Amino acid sequence: MIEARGLTKRYGDTLAVDRLSFDVCPGQVTGFLGPNGSGKSTTMRMIMGLDRPDGGSVSVNGRRYHDLPWPLREVGALLEARSIHPGRTAFNHLLALAQTNAIPQGRVDEVLGIVGLGAVAHKRAGKFSLGMGQRLGIAAALLGDPGVLLFDEPVNGLDPEGIRWVRTLLQSLAAEGRTVLVSSHLMSEMALTAEHLVVIGRGRLIADTSVSGFIADSSQQYVRIRTPQADAFTGVLLAAGGVVVPDEDGGLSVTGLGACDIGELASANAVTLHELAPQLGSLEEAFMELTADSVEYHGESDIHHVEHAVTGAAGQGRTTSAQAAR
Amino acid sequence: MTALTASSPAPVLGTTDVAPALPGGHYSMAGVLRSEWTKLRSVRSTTWSLAATIVLTIGIGVLATLMPALRWHNLDPGFRLTFDPVRQSLTGLLFGQLALGVLGVLVVSAEYGTGTIRATLTAVPRRPVVLAGKVLVFGAVALVASELLMFATFFIGQAILANSPAPHATLGQPGVLRAVVGGGFYLTILAMLAMGLAAIIRHTAGAISAFVTILLIVPLILQALPSSVVNTVGRYVPANIGATVTSTSGVAGFEGHHSFSPWAGLAVLAVYAVVALAVGGWLMVRRDA
Repeated sequence: MIEARGLTKRYGDTLAVDRLSFDVCPGQVTGFLGPNGSGKSTTMRMIMGLDRPDGGSVSVNGRRYHDLPWPLREVGALLEARSIHPGRTAFNHLLALAQTNAIPQGRVDEVLGIVGLGAVAHKRAGKFSLGMGQRLGIAAALLGDPGVLLFDEPVNGLDPEGIRWVRTLLQSLAAEGRTVLVSSHLMSEMALTAEHLVVIGRGRLIADTSVSGFIADSSQQYVRIRTPQADAFTGVLLAAGGVVVPDEDGGLSVTGLGACDIGELASANAVTLHELAPQLGSLEEAFMELTADSVEYHGESDIHHVEHAVTGAAGQGRTTSAQAAR
Repeated sequence: MTALTASSPAPVLGTTDVAPALPGGHYSMAGVLRSEWTKLRSVRSTTWSLAATIVLTIGIGVLATLMPALRWHNLDPGFRLTFDPVRQSLTGLLFGQLALGVLGVLVVSAEYGTGTIRATLTAVPRRPVVLAGKVLVFGAVALVASELLMFATFFIGQAILANSPAPHATLGQPGVLRAVVGGGFYLTILAMLAMGLAAIIRHTAGAISAFVTILLIVPLILQALPSSVVNTVGRYVPANIGATVTSTSGVAGFEGHHSFSPWAGLAVLAVYAVVALAVGGWLMVRRDA
């Protein structure tokens, strides 16, 4: 259980984290979502006692991180990909950590096996690929068999196989009843992994909700219809309180009326419908809608990056409305 | 990577029991010491820096004693009159102190340079405990290494001098044991000072520069100052303390009657190291990691 209350961090004139309050509960994967530079990593460093908050507080299992009697046995974290001396072997890196918290040496071999680094345990970490470094970081997080785990962008640098492995790992950790907080700037990744979402933008809390609730609450829902009597029916729909936007292909997008209402209106007015399709917004759209105002750096490349992620979400078959959102 | 992913099955966490009962008590200094020892012995820079310290100190000691041993009768009478066989055999200290200081800096600064400090501080959130653990482990290693090195270079130097017309010394003579043992303390305390500088500066290059400045540049600046200033300030300079500690003739490289006694000098040096470490520890607590 992680509890943040009014957490604030200032760097000079910039508020990196602004009065952030949220809980991370055990038994589910909580996605920590926000655009790059929104304060996710800073928040995680404050949870881990590495950065000192300028205001508010955060506790893990009811205590400040600083006051935990056996920190590694209670909290495990993958913070940066590389917090490892390149000249030290994977085994010695983990052994030095284990010794501080009286974790038996056998556990070092065990976690190296879990992350698939058993064969390179005695190789210097400087020779590791980005993905192997990431796996070593995950091994360090699992070392103390902790009940609370934090992962900052864990799939960075992993190949598709590795990404799938991390996803399964996170879900099984949560299924065992552990508290799991995973940050990402990719909504599509969270849609597959998380059950709960804490969304931030420019250091402020935007949403703290379940993944399904997030979509229902924050994305626009509309109904697509297609009819040969478009002009006449538009008048009927407007009179009934709907908002109608004609699509390029001759269909209509209707908001403010449910699919049932529209169907009955059509029947009552003897209008022929060729299509009546309720559209659910995607997680990606909801995310973009919510964070649109809070993206710190509006760069061309950033926009392309997010759009790429949108396509990924659409691929799950949840929606076809990504185009409409643009 | 392909081989790795192929061999990584669905996660098996090795436990089914979530958040197993924590042992009683609290993480302790004993664990931190074990961890720091693992870190110290598991990087190559430790071996290389210690090897450099040994080679430089003994190598220069051999050269410094060979010179008077081979050319004693041709040497300037003034040099022969003030010749201190003990100090001569410990000349390598001037170079060994730099190599050991670099290691002292690295023990702290490499954690910041590589990001390891974040892993260390999540394992041991009480930061002064981390710094204290480093000081105790590296301090013990530096002390043992320095004392062995001082005795080694002393005996090698005296063996060279004993087979020559130049005078030589034995441990039983007045002040000799003090000079040899004191030289080891001098090296160790300087290494601690280097750790303190690294805790303050957090960058390898910056901390090494500061260390070299204190040891080599400050004495040079002092030479340019009027003797009234040198007489009052000179004895606080680490290099002059080192000269006094390793000297048995009573005529140190630095004006004898203005210097601290050997043990008082070492105490002053220890104050520098403690202050640097205390400031470093205080900054470590205050600053974000």
